[in-house]
Amino acid sequence: MKLLTFKGGTHPPEKKELAKDKALLRMDPPQFVYVFLSNHAGAPAKPVVKENDTVKTGQIIGEPGGFISAYLHSPVTGVVRKIDKLYHPVQGRPMEAIVIERTSEDDWQFLDHSEWESLSKEQLLEVIKKAGIVGLGGAMFPTHVKLNPPAGKTIDTFIVNGAECEPYLTVDHRLMLEQAEDLVLGVKIVMKILGTKKAYIGVESNKMDAYEHLKRLCSDSSIEVVLLRTKYPQGAEKQLIYAITDRKVPVGGLPMDVGVVVQNVQTVIAIKRAVVDRKPLIERALTITGEAINNPMNVIARIGTTIQQLVDFAGGLKEDAEKLIMGGPMTGIAVNRLDLPILKGTSGITVLSHEAEPIKKPCIRCTKCVVSCPMGLQPYLLYLLGNKRKYDQAVEEGLMACIECGVCAYVCPSKIDHVRVIKLTKKVYQALRGGKK
Amino acid sequence: MKLIQSDAPHIRTKDSVRSIMLDVLLALVPAVAVATFFFGLYALFLCLFGAIVGELIEWFIVRILRKQKDFSFDLSAAVTGLLLAMNLPPTAPWWLLLIGLLVALGVAKHAFGGIGQNIFNPALVGRVFLLISFPTLMTKWTAPVRGFTRMPWDAMTSATALGVLKGSGFSEAIQRFSYVDLFFGNVGGCIGETSAFVLLLGFIYLLVRKRVNPVIPATYIGTVFGFASIMYLVNAERFGTPLFHILSGGLFLGALFMATDMVTSPMTLKGQAVFGIGCGAVTMIIRLFAGYPEGVSLAILLMNALVPLIDRAFKPKIFGEVKV
Ligand code: SF4
Ligand code: SF4
Repeated sequence: MKLLTFKGGTHPPEKKELAKDKALLRMDPPQFVYVFLSNHAGAPAKPVVKENDTVKTGQIIGEPGGFISAYLHSPVTGVVRKIDKLYHPVQGRPMEAIVIERTSEDDWQFLDHSEWESLSKEQLLEVIKKAGIVGLGGAMFPTHVKLNPPAGKTIDTFIVNGAECEPYLTVDHRLMLEQAEDLVLGVKIVMKILGTKKAYIGVESNKMDAYEHLKRLCSDSSIEVVLLRTKYPQGAEKQLIYAITDRKVPVGGLPMDVGVVVQNVQTVIAIKRAVVDRKPLIERALTITGEAINNPMNVIARIGTTIQQLVDFAGGLKEDAEKLIMGGPMTGIAVNRLDLPILKGTSGITVLSHEAEPIKKPCIRCTKCVVSCPMGLQPYLLYLLGNKRKYDQAVEEGLMACIECGVCAYVCPSKIDHVRVIKLTKKVYQALRGGKK
Repeated sequence: MKLIQSDAPHIRTKDSVRSIMLDVLLALVPAVAVATFFFGLYALFLCLFGAIVGELIEWFIVRILRKQKDFSFDLSAAVTGLLLAMNLPPTAPWWLLLIGLLVALGVAKHAFGGIGQNIFNPALVGRVFLLISFPTLMTKWTAPVRGFTRMPWDAMTSATALGVLKGSGFSEAIQRFSYVDLFFGNVGGCIGETSAFVLLLGFIYLLVRKRVNPVIPATYIGTVFGFASIMYLVNAERFGTPLFHILSGGLFLGALFMATDMVTSPMTLKGQAVFGIGCGAVTMIIRLFAGYPEGVSLAILLMNALVPLIDRAFKPKIFGEVKV
């Protein structure tokens, strides 16, 4: 069978076997949850509760703070204890979070709308917005914005990203096996919103069981399940779109420029939950895995659960635990404390054990980073220019097209940290340019 | 337990500079073995001397002269040393190799800043320096002695295939050097260059291990073949056959192991193709029209100098970049 793919990329050891056969377990809601007001890309939400308010599970506790922003709901039934700053792992600085103490079993406050079949496109978008759904693959971009492209952009294709190309992570795999019906219904809802006749679910070839299962479910619909080559970063939006539709998103452009919208598996399931079951987004599934965790597994946990609670649930850390990553090892964020809560976009906790420090060398021009870069960039050169502070030249060489996938740094025999420098160069360049204008 | 915070990606390939260099050394083992068979144990001694002393010289330069603390034996100097030894005649005295090593590592490599910074292939710089400084010692060719224990100086002096072609014409050359002998290395020449067959074996190992890609060797040897074909049609007796040209001299050693040196070759496949074609054309021009029978070393060094230009001219296409 022909496997769809893109040019470049690499094959890190997958390590999916640690958790891929572990069915999703639901964790009891913790006694305390810590809900960041910035639980999405864009402007932080504005709190609509204050200390000592009682809140129900699913009750709105934050309202969008701008156009690109999202609603926030209480993950538990209890009392707001305080609104305080806490280190935000994605933003990298202290940010406001609402701390809620759970006082009883869930007393749900459901979304309030009529049967989904009778809802218009606009009403469906409003439901998704009210449910606080954001991209659960990690980007946390507000879903109602992404599903509502500006006038003039026609969307003809909807793609569900079931590649899950990050090593170690298996949560999308489990969802495609265990909640496939919800996923398919979710796809139909999104197709109604976008008005597309065609939808694809792209699955990597290392998840054949999920592929077969979905294929059976979709055999008589306009949803096509396609098999992708197992390769990192097969799940990067641009690479996924190219593999499936042969369309190239222009540099600096968005998927909608080529008529495509992409959503992650879990986001689509969350849409179904909101629209059909009237549940706002207060929990998510994630993988707790890695060599240094005692019992790797896939769990469903409330947003705002701390890493400590998740780690305990998975049997605790091993002695040689050295690095704890929110997300997968290729793009995740390493944190050095366990009291931080998970966000809407936290797809996994990966704990790696101690490894010998690799020997760093100067670039030996082996070309590995160049031939592997999925964006056709020259990472060694961007690294060089970034270090020399030649920002304009770096931009000319395609700096801004970098998707920060980490492939270059992964493949480099000299262990050069391209991605760190590239990210920094982008930031500095933007700051400089912002200052001039 | 202490958790460390660092930047993504959090996993790295197991490949390292050392593992790459080790594979290159392993790929050269068959050629060293065959050289030992044809030229005797002294050839083996020179190869080992080059690799080991090369690494020691690098240690000395980095730790003592440049006072850097983070030296690690990455085996890149061993590769340079071994390649330089393989580029010497089997009778070369050990001190000649030592001088060559000092030039290769001290001047061509570390004067430019060390690994990754050098523009020219260090082993070739060493070789060309010796050729200019010690022309007689560097062109004292012997016929193969065949047998591990015999020494190269037991053998008769002999010319190389390309030398005979240049001096006496093709019919004479092909009589003294059959294609089979040229392919398997039963001819006089530098220690490591005579057997195209074992060099190819080693290179296939590197291909399988994904350490190199075949673009440079293919374009290089292809260009030599094409160029020689044209010249063959022009004057067969004077210029010889294309097959004779690709099998004789240092072409295989040069194309498979010297021109492919990562540090001194272009970064993109297109650039590498241009580089290979350039090497091939210059090699043939020197072989056929210059006063010297062999052109591989000079051709590669010349193309090394053009790499920065080639890199600037042939960039990969950025994904999604709009054609103008
Ligand atoms: S340069 Fe950017 S896009 Fe290319 S491999 Fe590196 S991180 Fe990925
Ligand atoms: S992978 Fe590393 S050593 Fe190889 S060319 Fe890129 S930066 Fe240089």
